[in-house]
Amino acid sequence: MISYILKRVIATLPVMLMVAIVVFAILRLTPGDPAAILAGDDASGEQLERIRQMMGLDQPILTQLYVWVRQLLTGDLGVSLLSNTPVIQMIGARVGPTLSLALSTIIFTVLVAVPMGVIAARRPGGWLDRTVMTFSVLGFSIPTFVVGYLLIYWLALKLGWFPVQGYAPLAKGVWPYAQRLILPTLALSGIYIALVARMTRSSVMDVMGEDFIRTARAKGATEWSVLLRHALRNAAVPIVTVIGIGIASLITGVVVTESVFNLPGLGRLVVEAVLARDYPVIQGLILLFSFTYILINLLVDVLYTAFDPRIRY
Amino acid sequence: MAIFNKGTFGKASLLKHARLALLAAAAMAPMAGMTPANAATIKAVMQSGLRVMDPIMTTAFLTRDHGYMIYDTLLGMDETFKIRPQMADWTVSDDGKTYKFTLRDGLKWHDGTVVSAQDCIASIKRWAEVDTTGIALIKMVDDIKAIDDKTFEVVLSQPTTLLLSGLAKLSSRPAFMMPKRIADTPANKPITEYIGSGPFKFVQSEFQPGLRVVYEKNVDYVPRNEPASWTAGGKVVNVDRVEWVTMPDQMTAVNALQSGEIDFIQEVPFDLLPLLKNSPKVQVKVLDKLGAWTYFRMNHLYPPFDNKLVRQAAIAAVGQGDVLKALVGNPEYYNTCAAVMGCGNPNGNTYGEEWVVPSDIQRAKMLLKEAKYDGTPVVLLQPTDIAMLAAQPIVIAAALRKAGFNVQMKTMDWQTVVTQQSNQKPPAEGGWNLFSTYAILATSGDPFGNTTLSAAGRKSWAGWPDVPEIEKLRLDYAKAATPEEQKEIAAKIQKLAIDEGVVGPLGQFRIPSAYSSSVTGFLESPVRVFWNVRKDRE
Repeated sequence: MISYILKRVIATLPVMLMVAIVVFAILRLTPGDPAAILAGDDASGEQLERIRQMMGLDQPILTQLYVWVRQLLTGDLGVSLLSNTPVIQMIGARVGPTLSLALSTIIFTVLVAVPMGVIAARRPGGWLDRTVMTFSVLGFSIPTFVVGYLLIYWLALKLGWFPVQGYAPLAKGVWPYAQRLILPTLALSGIYIALVARMTRSSVMDVMGEDFIRTARAKGATEWSVLLRHALRNAAVPIVTVIGIGIASLITGVVVTESVFNLPGLGRLVVEAVLARDYPVIQGLILLFSFTYILINLLVDVLYTAFDPRIRY
Repeated sequence: MAIFNKGTFGKASLLKHARLALLAAAAMAPMAGMTPANAATIKAVMQSGLRVMDPIMTTAFLTRDHGYMIYDTLLGMDETFKIRPQMADWTVSDDGKTYKFTLRDGLKWHDGTVVSAQDCIASIKRWAEVDTTGIALIKMVDDIKAIDDKTFEVVLSQPTTLLLSGLAKLSSRPAFMMPKRIADTPANKPITEYIGSGPFKFVQSEFQPGLRVVYEKNVDYVPRNEPASWTAGGKVVNVDRVEWVTMPDQMTAVNALQSGEIDFIQEVPFDLLPLLKNSPKVQVKVLDKLGAWTYFRMNHLYPPFDNKLVRQAAIAAVGQGDVLKALVGNPEYYNTCAAVMGCGNPNGNTYGEEWVVPSDIQRAKMLLKEAKYDGTPVVLLQPTDIAMLAAQPIVIAAALRKAGFNVQMKTMDWQTVVTQQSNQKPPAEGGWNLFSTYAILATSGDPFGNTTLSAAGRKSWAGWPDVPEIEKLRLDYAKAATPEEQKEIAAKIQKLAIDEGVVGPLGQFRIPSAYSSSVTGFLESPVRVFWNVRKDRE
């Protein structure tokens, strides 16, 4: 197992290098000029040229790539072209809200969706199943921003239970921290609950037809014991996969939720950086996101062995 | 070694840890913001997030407003467009060529050192390297020297009003004063230290680029005694802190204002105004009465707009009322205007309004026929990501098509439009024929601040009109000794700009601000300033 993990970690290096080169190339091919954004839209051609020189953007692309990769090898992600702030510092400032929202959403999702899926799978076609599936369809169909605005309208503006927007770090207290995460978590969870509940339902239903389930029942196990101890555990592999993908996508792209609730997370940072053509920030973020995906996939693969001892690496 | 033992997770231990955590969190809370509980803080949502910090390097309006927070200017401009002393007073020699500036008492940089004449000279030189007025002015400066620590002299080769109007310039780029060690930074390199002598201090430790900027009251600032008016008069600060918070979603900002989480929204989108207008806790008001003008620019280098008649046809075809209805909607916030230097500005002149303002398709068709327009495509750049820029291209395209133009729209984000603007390649090779944008009238009231009026061919701003007569008049304007003379020259420039199709005015509009009823004293000004503002302590 350890050698497998080591091999996978080593295999990430060429993947990351490829991602770095592709992202670098795509950005340079995309129309847009950070110098024009820095100088403002009234700048003359001469002023723009001087700023490009200052930023090193007048150098050949291969020279720019060489400079960036050399920086990367020393662990330096560079400095924002616009704000002059180190990219690592910008990411550090934004990672807290993103991780908080991702964790709260995934925890809430698992706590709600897995029992929903199991309940639905117990009697397919029954009223509980239909109710769960109705909620699931709604979760998929209603856009997150609509849910967000409705929650803000009722729970923040009308009832005044929660703030409309913003993020408070844990250092400002547990309640201010939690208070600002509840609404975005509720808004964002809908789609993930729908996804995980459906996946749990279908996986558990598949397993319920297996021989070992019949054996468990024949041995006198209760229906709940059959569902939770035998069926759910054997149905866990696809559920864990979906949850893993969910965590990765939550970390890398919840721009709409972050915007509606004004959470200063990584999703917003990447959009801001793209709109401003802030190359070092975009490159740093894409590298971080690809590393996150690789890491979470690896974790999911390792978790498979915990749920299904037949899987060996 | 066991890191956790059973006791770690025992009930008593958990309670103890929870208490310690709460105490630690309570202790850390003030450290995080260092804000006294009774501090009067204005939380403002500005037009976007501040990232570029150097107000001399960029023309971005937000960076300019940041400049007004922490820097001061030698001269100010009041609401009657009169130039007033701010950091300095001045005298002028009889021949109008030598100006002596004397700094007033009590001026200090935020690091505690005294503002000196040398600091101001270095700041003026850096500003004049890049600012359009400054570039024209510096060519007429023979010498600029310090007489003593509080006095300096500017010797001109010929009398000009550009010196005073440049130093009092309202908007991008105002001549902000900085300490010499910072002002010595080349103008194409951003400054990295943000020390001014203005009424607020920048709180570096709380700055989050693009997210949050914090300013605290500069308690050492000595305001002038005159009442505040635009950037002139006493900059009296009545609050302890101002925080600029970025909200990418305007709906969220409107909700946050209604719930009392923020105090001010600089620009409320027109479609969200009904949500705020009936709210008892919120006031909606246009603070920039001058407002903005929107216009379109044609590429003079390539067909079809290398022909004056075709340019005139385009201007005649597009109706200002149609554009403004689509862009703003509510007539309370817009007006038609043919003046390229702005109705409401002293140089505003309405020559040509009879065919610039309405949509005259017949006239456009006649002009196209006279120009023998052959159907050459018009590549029109269409930004879709900024509400204030999205409507114009659609209305322009419809009007041009109606007149007989062959229009090809290229959809893109605004930053790509900005990059494309400087692309001098032919439209068939990735260039462009026409784009539209808007500018605030505070920057557009003279032929130097107004970039559309530079007409020196490929050296000019995007569109590259080549009208030597306008260039000559701009020089005459610089040399003019009185405002009356300037106004006369401005009228001639207006005539040429319209007849030559240098720019197509699309009308003027004003974007309202909204603020909490507990806040008073916002100055009506073309630039957003936070002095004079008062907030009721809760």
